[in-house]
Order: sequence, then structure tokens, then C-alpha cells
Amino acid sequence: MTATTDDTQAAPLPGKGNAFIRYAYRSYGQELTILCAILIMFVSVGLYSPRFLSFDNLNSIFAGNAYIAVAAIGMSMLIITGQIDVSVGALIGVLATISGTLAVSGYPVWLAWLMPVVIGMAINAVVGILVAYGRIPSIIATLGMLSVLKGGLVSVTGGAWISNLPPDFLLAQRVMLGVPFPILAMIVLTVFASVWLKYSALGRSLYAIGGNREAALAAGIRIQRRIVMVFTIHGAFAGLATILFATQLQVIQSTVPPNLELTIITAAVIGGVSVLGGTGTVIGSTLAAILFATIGSALIFTNVSAYWLRAVIGLLILITVLADMMRRRKVWG
Amino acid sequence: MQPLQKSYLALSDISKSFVGIPVLRNVNFDVRSGEVHALLGENGAGKSTLIKIMSGLFTPDSGIISVETKETRFTSTADAMRRGITTVYQELLLFPELSVAENILLGHSPRHAWGGIDWRGVHARARDLLDQLDSTDLDVSIKVRELSVAQRQRVEIAKALSYNARVLIMDEPTASLAQGDVRRLMSIVKNLRSRGVGIIYVSHRMPEIFALADRVTVLRDGQIIGTEPAHAVNEARLVTMMVGRPIETVFPKSEPIFGETTLEVHNLSSGSLVKDVSFSLRRGEILGVAGLVGSGRTELAHALFGLAPATAGTIDLKGTRVTIRTPSQARDLGIAYVPEDRGLQGLIKSMSVRENLSMAAFERNSKGIFIRFSYEKKRARNLIRRFNIKAKAGPNQPVGRLSGGNQQKVVLAKWLETNPEVLILDEPTRGIDVGAKAEIHRMIDELAKKGMSIILISSELPEVLGMSDRVLIMNNGRCTAIIDRENATPERIGAAMTVSQKAEAA
Repeated sequence: MTATTDDTQAAPLPGKGNAFIRYAYRSYGQELTILCAILIMFVSVGLYSPRFLSFDNLNSIFAGNAYIAVAAIGMSMLIITGQIDVSVGALIGVLATISGTLAVSGYPVWLAWLMPVVIGMAINAVVGILVAYGRIPSIIATLGMLSVLKGGLVSVTGGAWISNLPPDFLLAQRVMLGVPFPILAMIVLTVFASVWLKYSALGRSLYAIGGNREAALAAGIRIQRRIVMVFTIHGAFAGLATILFATQLQVIQSTVPPNLELTIITAAVIGGVSVLGGTGTVIGSTLAAILFATIGSALIFTNVSAYWLRAVIGLLILITVLADMMRRRKVWG
Repeated sequence: MQPLQKSYLALSDISKSFVGIPVLRNVNFDVRSGEVHALLGENGAGKSTLIKIMSGLFTPDSGIISVETKETRFTSTADAMRRGITTVYQELLLFPELSVAENILLGHSPRHAWGGIDWRGVHARARDLLDQLDSTDLDVSIKVRELSVAQRQRVEIAKALSYNARVLIMDEPTASLAQGDVRRLMSIVKNLRSRGVGIIYVSHRMPEIFALADRVTVLRDGQIIGTEPAHAVNEARLVTMMVGRPIETVFPKSEPIFGETTLEVHNLSSGSLVKDVSFSLRRGEILGVAGLVGSGRTELAHALFGLAPATAGTIDLKGTRVTIRTPSQARDLGIAYVPEDRGLQGLIKSMSVRENLSMAAFERNSKGIFIRFSYEKKRARNLIRRFNIKAKAGPNQPVGRLSGGNQQKVVLAKWLETNPEVLILDEPTRGIDVGAKAEIHRMIDELAKKGMSIILISSELPEVLGMSDRVLIMNNGRCTAIIDRENATPERIGAAMTVSQKAEAA
């Protein structure tokens, strides 16, 4: 870019499509790319093995992984604001144990559903206060929280599973309006969150803080309050994700899937949320979560070792972050 | 003075631009062996770029560099050092966890025949170099972490000498030294000169320059204003050369109509950076703030805007005592601040022009929790037209793709969206082209005419003189003078800018 004084035209875009396509590409390029990748996977793996497209398999791909997408919504908001949470996997484990314990101890199921959300918000509000007012970098604060939660969980439960869950507790197994509940929840929460992020003043302020903290402060945005707020919202989404996770099977393992926090962070990043903050959407992170689930399932159907899933996702991260860095240099000047 | 001696290092017709903005234009500069050549200029004059070209960090766009009359080009700093040109930067570049000797000889330590480092040789050589600097008291085996700034500086100089420096570039070497250390440094410089080292001495401090320099060169706006023998100039002449360019552009300053007092500041302090500053400001008045870099100008603005809250003193806005602890409080009280560094504090580059324009005025652009997008867009279009912001792709253009002048207009427009009573402008025209500069000057004048109270902080004396009704001069955190427009001359302001520094260094 040669910065002469009249160098103000927008970057030339690839292709010669009409204005709408160009607008869509510029604003939602990452989301559209992931959507195409998902469709290509479905078509190609479906042709290879039609059973891939059976209702049961689709249900297990979407419903079984909806909790990752829901947790990735909160994570995306955090990363957009320039923060991160590496403890969310452990948090979901703790909240699931609390929820299951309440359910098997005879408390009403609505309480067992509500408590993960409340406690998730409370725990993350504390983390938010430590980060915003205690000025602890969020990676350190949440690394500390990770140890506290993981250690506490193993000590209290001894790694035991919770079984004999009451049938009406199993929300994730229900079907509402003809749609499995987790899928419905994932769609509704994604839509709500993306509307709020894009159209509300608070949502805008999160992008501003992540984009340039100093400038956001100088523009009169109350940064510390917003950071506590975004951590609390992220806690709520972790709680909602917990409900979907804890109610999908007859038992709750106190050990959540390994590297759950990394999977959630990765969904946000591959979905187009910049690791440097300031850009990204939750539609992208939800699509990315679906993409992982699709890849994982496709590997099984094509008889490729499931261990390749991590390698593939790892490659996707490197490609996405590299593309993000190049875009920043090109567009922002 | 040895006027017949040839230059060791000479630059001729050197030009350098960054992203299209010329920083150095046809600069001629040279240094001879055994002389101290002082280089003066305000911040932004191009001194650091010139230093970096001489030390091999930057390559000039055009022009010739010669070493011992042979035309050459430096491929790297290491290359320049091999040719005997070394630099002691203001921010000393030492490794705190390594010893003095290790720091001095890092990368070219004496070695044993089998390739290992000859530690006894390292210590002996470091000792020898420090002794040459009359620093027999400095232990070569202790870690640099434990040294004072002045001692570290001597280590840096010893390091430079270890490369057999023929030219030593010193960038503001006394900026952070105490009095005794300054005297010691000056004797080291004299000692080096007598040994035939050519020294390029960059400083603002007049007494040091007159005590040390053989020749003085003044740089302004990327051009050499003059090179003079030090005995042929005096302090007033140098200040005028540095800042007092004749006001060639006509500033669009209208006859002011003052209203009631809007802002009254009494004994305002902010840590040790702003001390006991008092002034008042009326409606329709432009108060210029002048001062050297580090004089507390920006810190004064930060105290008023809540970015670095005041630690003592009072602020009254329209007769009401106020406490300002955060920028959001300041904004709600009707104070706006257009920051010095628009990239750092002014703009959010990941956002569009529209989003940046409404950043400080969410409330008006929102209804309930949601932003009114169509209203926001309409306002953005209005502002783009009113401020003549050249955003070809319209309100949704990424703000980072605007030119510097247009970016600055976005920051200014963003703050005018809050309808402020007091507008603080910190270097509003730094680094923008002449056309946009004139436009911004016109806007400032218009705003004052409409009754806004304006504080204009600027390093450019012509701008301060041309636009202000009164000029407040900061020096070492204190306000040394407030001068009316009629009595404000470059000489008077220059004197107030440097007065107490003279007393200090003497």
C-alpha cells in the first residue's frame, strides 16, 4: 500500500461477482468458507458411504456436539474482547457434576438445570474481576482457575461417574418442535448472541476493546466493567453448554473429554475470531464446531484413524491464523 | 577545531520517506575525526531517522554515504560498526542478566585457539576499555542489572569503543542523567574527542552543546536548516533555527469573541510529570500549549481527561468543582480529547469509518440496548461530508485504509459528535499533509467561533503562534509562562521552553 493522500479506495476484491456477493465475501468470508467445507464433506462422504447422511448419524454429529458450539459462543465473545479462558473445560466438568449430583439427590430438575448457569456466571465473574481490576492477564487467571477446578473436581468426586439420573433430567434427549433439543438450543443461542453482538452498543464495545483497548478507553468505554461483563456472559454460556453435555447420556463422567477447552477455543478461532481480538462472529464459531464434528464423524466412516482429527484441526488453526494475519496487514494498513 | 580536516563520515543529499511521507529531504551532514558535532532539532524533525541511516539500520531512498571519502552503503548495523560507526541509543540496549564484561564484548569476545571464549581475555579487555573511560571504579564482573543508568551508559560507550569506533553517535545521552553524571559524561566525551573519535551529539540541552560542540547542525522538518561553528551562534539563534520558522502559511485565525469562563484549573499536579499548573479558559478561546517533548504537555491533557487522573489540584467546569477519574466521566462532563497518537488512542483499526465515528457517542446512536444502524449511517455520511473525509467506499470503509489526514479528521469528528464544551487537541496535525493540515486549522477556528473552548497542544511553534489566543508554556512539568497572542514571539516562547533546563544543567 502506497499511502499517498488519495489512497482511500477499498482493496480490490477477487472475482467480479455482483455487489452482494462481494459484500458477503468481505463481511462473512470465513463463515461462508466453513459452510462450504461442511457441505463438501457431507456430499463427498455421503457419496462414499450413504449411511453418513442417516438421521442417526446427523443427529449424533449435530446434537452430540451442540454443547461445544454453545460454549464456543461465550469463548468467541471473550476472544473478541481480547481475553481468553483456558479453564472452560474444567468448569464444564465441575458444573456437570454439580448438576448431576443435584438431580440424583432428588432436587427438582429445573434447579439442576439452573445451577450450572448461576454458578458458571459467579465463578467467571470472579475471574473477570481478577482480570479487570486485579490486572492479571486472563491466560494466567484462567490457568489458575483451571488447576483449582480440575484439582477440586478430582478430589471431591474421586473420578466416579454419576449414574441413575432421573429420566426427566435428560433435557438433551428431548425433541422440541420436531428438532432435537440441543440443536434447537444451539441455533437459538447462536442467533441471539450474534444479533446482540452486532446490533447492541454493548456488543460493539466488546469489539472496540478487543480492537484497540487504549482507544476504547479514550472513547469513554468503561473497559473494566465490560471485561467483568463478558466473563460473566461467558460463564452463562459455559453453564448452558453444561446442561446440554450433562443431560445427553444416562451417566455423567466427571472427566470431561480431554482438551475440551482447546476444542472450544479452536472453534472460535477457526470460526474467524481473531486471536488478537476485535473481529469475528459467533455464527462462525458455531459453524466451526459443526465442522469439527463432521470431520470427526467422516474419519470414522472412511475408516481413517480418529487420531487424525486433532492433526486436521491443528492444520486448520495454522491456516486460519495465518490468513487472519495476512488479512490484517492488507486491509487495516 | 580543525577546519581543514577531511570528514570521516559524510552524507550528501540524503532523502528518506516512510509510506509516502518524506522524513528527510536532501540532507547533507558530516562528522570529522576528533570533533563533537551537535545535532539539534525538535521531535519529529528527523533526527532519529538520520541517526538510523548513519548507523546502518535504515537505507536512504537516495543520496550518498561516504566513509573516509569513499562512497559506500551500509548493509546492516554490523556493517556500519565494522566501518567504525557505533551508536549509543537513548534506551540503552544492554542485557541486564549478563555481566559488564560479557555485555561489552558480546559477539566478539577474545577466543582460545580451540574456539572457546577466553574469559580472562574478556575481563582484561573490558577492564582496559573501561579504564580508558576513567571508569576504574566499575567492576567488570557484576551484572548490568545492578548498575545505575550512568554506569550502564559507560558500559555502552565501552562497548562502542570495543569495535574501534571512529565515529560515536550519542542520542540524547544526558536525558536521564543526574548532574554529577552529566559532568562525568562530558569529560568522557572530551577525552574521546582528544583521541580522534568523531562524536555526533544529539541533545536539546543548550549548556552541554555550548560546552562540548565544535559544530552545530539544526534539523527541522527533515531538512538541514544550517551547520554552524558553535562559537558563531548563541542560544537564541539556535532556538529560532529549531522552532522559529517564519510563519509562511497564513493561519485562518478569526478575531475571537470570548464568553464566560468554562474551565478553571488550579494547582493541578499529576505524579511528578505535571506540577502545580493553573490556568483558565473561556468560551471561544484557543489556548495553545507549547513545550519540549517530556515537558508535561500531554500529561496535562491526560490529567484533564482522566486517562491519568490528577493527584492534586482542582478543576472547575462552568463554576462547578468536578473530579475526573476516567475518560467516560470526562466525556460526560463535556470534555473531548483528540490524542497525540491516533493509531494508539484514537482509532480502532479493525472497525469501519462509521463505527469509529460513533464510538464516543453510543447513547445518541442507540435506542434501548440496540444501535440504530440507519441513524448511525446517516450521521456518518453527514460527518464525512462536513469534514471532507475522503472515504471513497463510504461509511463502511475500514478506517485503516484512510490517509493520515483523513484518519485524523475521523478522530476529530468522533469527538465533535459528543458536543463537547472543552476540546483538547494533542498534536492535531502531526504527520499529516499540508492540505489536510490547513483544513484542520480551519475547523479549529470555526469551532472556537461557535463558542467551544479549545486547548491546542503542539510541537510546531508556528501552529501554536498562529492559532492561539494565549500560549501556555510547559517546562519540566511546570507552567513557566502564559503569554498573550500580541506578546507571543518564537524567542519568548523558546526561552520559556528551555529556561529552567539551563539552570539545571549549569
